[in-house]
This record gives sequence, C-alpha cells and structure tokens, in this order.
Amino acid sequence: MNESLIIGVGNPQRGDDGVGLVAARFLRAALPAADVRECSGDAADLIDLWTTTNARRVYVIDAMVSGAAPGTVTRFDAHRHPMPVELTGTSTHKFGVAQAVELARVLDCLPTEIIVYGVEGGRFDYEDKLSPEVEAGAREVARLISTDPR
Amino acid sequence: MFMKANGTPTTRTLKVDILARVEGEGSLYVKLKGDAITDIKFKIFEPPRLFEGFLRGRAYSEAPDITARICGICPVAYQMSAVYAMERALNVKVDPAIRALRRLLYCGEWIESHVLHIYMLHAPDFLGYPDALTLAKDYPDAVKRGLTLKKIGNEIVRVLGGREIHPINVRVGGFYHVPTKRELQPLLEQLKWARDAAFATAEWAGTLPIPAFEYDYEFVALHHPDEYPLCEGRLVSNKGVNIDIEDFEQHFIEEHVAHSNALHSVIKGRGMYHVGPLARYNLNYDQLTPLAQEAAAAGGLKRICTNPFQTIVVRAVETVYACDHAIDIIEQYEPPPSPAAIVTPGAGTGWGVTEAPRGFLYHRYRLDYTGAILDARIVPPTAQNQKIIEDDLRRYVAGHLQLSDEDLTLQCEQVIRNYDPCISCATHFLKLVVDRT
Repeated sequence: MNESLIIGVGNPQRGDDGVGLVAARFLRAALPAADVRECSGDAADLIDLWTTTNARRVYVIDAMVSGAAPGTVTRFDAHRHPMPVELTGTSTHKFGVAQAVELARVLDCLPTEIIVYGVEGGRFDYEDKLSPEVEAGAREVARLISTDPR
Repeated sequence: MFMKANGTPTTRTLKVDILARVEGEGSLYVKLKGDAITDIKFKIFEPPRLFEGFLRGRAYSEAPDITARICGICPVAYQMSAVYAMERALNVKVDPAIRALRRLLYCGEWIESHVLHIYMLHAPDFLGYPDALTLAKDYPDAVKRGLTLKKIGNEIVRVLGGREIHPINVRVGGFYHVPTKRELQPLLEQLKWARDAAFATAEWAGTLPIPAFEYDYEFVALHHPDEYPLCEGRLVSNKGVNIDIEDFEQHFIEEHVAHSNALHSVIKGRGMYHVGPLARYNLNYDQLTPLAQEAAAAGGLKRICTNPFQTIVVRAVETVYACDHAIDIIEQYEPPPSPAAIVTPGAGTGWGVTEAPRGFLYHRYRLDYTGAILDARIVPPTAQNQKIIEDDLRRYVAGHLQLSDEDLTLQCEQVIRNYDPCISCATHFLKLVVDRT
C-alpha cells in the first residue's frame, strides 16, 4: 500500500480536458516511486481506485471551468469543504470527480485526506495537446504535489 | 380546469430550460389552455454534429473510431454498427470467436449504461429524490451495489476495448488485439458477483412505486432466433414489421421538425414507434436466459410490458442477461486464429444495425472502389424515440392536469428519463416550459 495515490483525470483528445493526465505524467517523472494513475473521470472508477488502493492521502487532478483565466490552479480540500459540483463535470452524464467525492462522502468511503486540484481549461476542442497556459498549470500542480510534505 | 376569475381558461406554461440526468442538451415546453394541451415540444437544441457529412471521403476503416466519438456512453454501439455495415459492404466473414468477443464487449457497455441509468439517473425519480447523492444517503447499499456493478461493465470494456470510454481496439474485420483465455479469467469472478447483484437490482427496481401508464406502442427491435439481440438479426415489430436491415430506409423515414436539431423517425404510413429496452424485451423475451426471465418475474414484469416507467426493471433484467451471457462467452472462449479477418477494400453498400442500450442504431455506408466513404447514414435510437416521448408527454399531462406546475414539470422530466435519452447522440436535451393559458 502506498501512502499516497495520485489520479490524473481527463480525456487526452479534448484539448485542455487532458490537463489531469499531463500533470500525472509530470508527476510520474518527478516521483518515480509514487502510485500515479490515469482515469477518464468515471465516478465508479474513481471511488474504486481510492478504496481498493486504500491510500491514506489521495490527490485528484482535473480540468475545471469557473470563468478564471486558463491555467489557474485551484486547490480543494474535500474534507474541509463540499466540492463545487458545477465546476467540474465535463464527463458523460455529468457524473465525474465532484460527484464521486460527494457520493463517497455520503457512502463513507472518502480517503483520510483528499485534495482535488482543478486547473482552469480554456479550449476543449478535438485536439491532443494543451494550450500553453494550461500546460503551465499542469506543471504548477505537479510542483505543488511533488513538494507537498507527506 | 384552471380558470381565471373572469371565466376564461387559464394559461399554464411549464418549462424546463435544462433537463437534468440526461445526456446532452434539450428542453421541454408544454402549453395548456384550461384543460387543453395546445403545444408540447421535446426540443433538442444541441447543435447538429454533422458526422455523416465529415465521414465522406474517409476510409472505410476509419468509420468505427470516428462514429464512436458521437457518444461517450455508447461508443461500442457506434463501433459495432459501423463494423457490421462495412463488413457487409466488403463481404467480410469473421471468426465465431470474434463475433463472441464483440458480444462480450457489448455486454460491458450495456452493464455500464444500464446501471448508471438505473441507480444514478432514474431511481431518484421514483423515490422522490432530486439526485443520486441524496438517494445515496437513504439507500447507501443500493448505490454501492450500483457503483460496483458499473465498474465491472467498465472493466469489460477496458479489457476488450483498451479503455473504458471510446475503446480503441475495434476494427473492421475484428480487433487489433484479442485477449488470451487467462486475460479474461479475472472478469469471470467479478461477473458472477455482478450477475447476483443485477438480479438483486431487478428485485429492488420491482419494489419502486411505478405509475400506471400503459399504451399500445409499436415496438421495433432486432430479433434473432437464437439469442437476445445485440449485433445481428432482422428488424421486427409487434405490428407487422419484419425486414432485413438493408430494407430499413424503405420502411422508415426521418423528418425535419422546426423545434429539434434531431430528425424525427416514423414508420412509413403508420407513424411513431418505440425502440429500446422495452421493445427488445417484448419482442425477444424467449431469447432471454432462464435467469434473466426469472429476474423479470422477480421484478414484477409480465411476459409483455407496455408501461415505459417499468423500463427501470427491464434495464435490470437486461443487465442480468448481459452478465449471464458474458460469463457464458468467457467460459466457452477459445482465442481466434487471427485477431481480425482480412479485409479487401472495394466498392459496395453495407448496412449495420445493432442494439445500443437505448435502442437500435442504424448505419449505412456506400463505398467507392478504394473503400472511401461516398455517403453515410446514421439513425440513433433517441432520434427514433422523439415522437413517442412527445406522445407520452401529451398523454401524461392530459391525465395529470390537477398537479401543480412544479409537480407536473418534475413528472414530465421523469417521463422523458424513462427513455434514458442520449441527446448528444440524437444530436441532442431538455428545457421544460409549461405554458398554461
């Protein structure tokens, strides 16, 4: 069992929606021993990931749409505040990261610590690369997680 | 009747600008003058997707992956209809093991899609909750069961398709990679649990308060003599349709209506028809496995079901079937000699009809001598159900005029969710406006 689990969420072929996956790849390079996973964002898969790995601390990285400048990084401590379900949720049937966290809270299967990083996306077109400012956001999240005292 | 003080009928407008718990963007508008319904529109305003247009000029081999992008919930359906159509155009015969793996992949998609709809989207309606989160507070065990079941559907799609959404392993002729027997084994134990959980789901769905709302629909679905329909068969109805899939366009037409970006489908000379789980169940009950039939009885279904609110039970029965069938496929599986049949490009026309979770999905392609697509036609299930949905709304509203606007609006949304509409496929969700004059 790893102490920490890092989950990058997104669709690699929808532009900035892939930011969580790109951040996960940066983290895999920065922290070779870390348990880093990639996920489409399906709530059932997310809950399964953190319950079966039984990690004490879970980081989830996903794209966000709040109206902020693209690349803006927002940190949510899910134990301290409810997730703003309207900010994430580009996933199918709108059942993604925020819903997974809130459902897990109700079902009493949230990890001991769960930090969600949202990176504001700008473009969600059919393309397999991030816009430069969102890629910078992915690097910033990777830096924050890799230097987070655990 | 709602009357103004001066004796003139009151106008009521019910309106949902964005319908929740459906895929895509649409709205509902209902206008009432006294007891008379003067207008009902299930509007689909998501912009047209234009897939048929940009398939032109692309290679036959690209159709499965391009059309899979139409939907994140049922990409397997698009891939399957595309590969069957192309194989018919190019006269390709596939190994029985390839055929079995396709059915297994499709079972994964049915489990994912049906379970999501049953527990997260539809069940809250029956129990009076606004969403699955509030449902989960009072029914944690049921919701946990749903999450685990859905996960197993995801896993099947991941193992066979390469990933759980928009699988990348399907090609005309077969697959890029086929699993070994050993690779499928871990699914077996999970599916045995899932089969029991799906049965319990049917029992649970059968306890939900189901409104009485029967109608003499014309149901249309694939029918195969030996198996519950997924990928092959003739198109049949309970009112006389019995055709080869290549004759679909002779019997069914699509019409533009001003309020929808999705075409409305009708049977020539007869009108609206109903596709999806209820149609499949009624036309193919005998092809269900004995356990699935037992689940139907446990969920309170009769041999014929004409109440669209009971689709929640039918979806659970089909989930039992999908688990049961998937177990059978894995237990019998021997890898094919080659992952895919040889495909020689050439001119031709091909048709593919497969049963997406929401109903049958028609593809037709015409190819030039290089195998490039000259034209394409795609008819998704939600587009076919639009007229039936509007007709259900008309009948439901007429029978429930005494309800407040708020309650009537909520129940109208439920009427729509009976069909688990995928507006993104059809091209595209729900605003409800009820206008009472």
